Amino acid sequence: MEGNIGELGQYIGVGLTAIGMGGAAIGVGNVAGNFLAGALRNPSAAAGQTATLFIGMAFAEALGIFSFLVALLLMFAV
Amino acid sequence: MATEAGDGGLHFDSVLSQFEVKRLFGTGPVEWYTPTNVTLWLFLIIVATAALLIWGTRGRSMVPNRSQSMAELTYGMVHKMVEDISGKDGLKYFPYIMTLFMFVLFANFLGLLPKAFTVTSHIAVTGVLAFSVFFTVTAIGFIKHGAHFLDLFWVRSAPLAIRPVLAVIEVISYFVRPVSHSIRLAGNMIAGHAVIKVFAAFAGIAAVAPVSILAVVGMYAFEALVAFIQAYVFAILTCVYLKDALHPSH
Repeated sequence: MEGNIGELGQYIGVGLTAIGMGGAAIGVGNVAGNFLAGALRNPSAAAGQTATLFIGMAFAEALGIFSFLVALLLMFAV
Repeated sequence: MATEAGDGGLHFDSVLSQFEVKRLFGTGPVEWYTPTNVTLWLFLIIVATAALLIWGTRGRSMVPNRSQSMAELTYGMVHKMVEDISGKDGLKYFPYIMTLFMFVLFANFLGLLPKAFTVTSHIAVTGVLAFSVFFTVTAIGFIKHGAHFLDLFWVRSAPLAIRPVLAVIEVISYFVRPVSHSIRLAGNMIAGHAVIKVFAAFAGIAAVAPVSILAVVGMYAFEALVAFIQAYVFAILTCVYLKDALHPSH
């Protein structure tokens, strides 16, 4: 088996960026779970807070997307 | 297409080829004036938006028909969003946010059509949108409040000792905004479309083909949801940034 050691490291790095996705998953799950817990305690106030829910989800999710971006950069730009 | 694997092998080569910018006519290099698939789909986005908002509401009837009520619901939703988040004085900038929302929404939805090109999957496109929002909002902040706009970075509700630290963090987070604003949208689109293609590539193996086709259907439905949510998030974050510019003091 032959190959470039730099390429090996590149692919290992790309694989490691998948860990970032797990972090984003925890974040988005936290936002949605806490929203649901709050919404079930006070359902009448829930409808007004859906915008906040989506903002929170977007912020949590963006960091997972950043790890995906790092993976793309490692694959194609390095 | 990745699904046309006749010999039963895996064909992942085309997963990212759907995002390539190609010439519409002839061959040769792509210059800035060349009509490309991006040009075509940008044009179709404008046609689709005009079809919904101008042609759809042509009746102006008191009891709206289907297309008119769709246009009215979209308008009402964005209007309420701007009013709720940016406040009454943010309504002056409603046309801008409505334009952004409709553009991103139709770019995402038209990109979901088979063989289509997703304009918002390119950071060049979303970057222009996000940076124009960033510069517009910063200009509004400085024009409306002058130097008091910098209060946004000086958190008066915090103890004096940690205010400089907070100021540094606030400045960094302010300048990261256009980056995260654009990459969130482009990244979501690239990731979603690539995942669909990866599942489609597995359909080349007979043993897992039924599972992969079901997965493609499921992911496609999920992507339709994501297409709307990302357009909504893009517009809502614009409203949030606008609110910060209109009311900089915490």
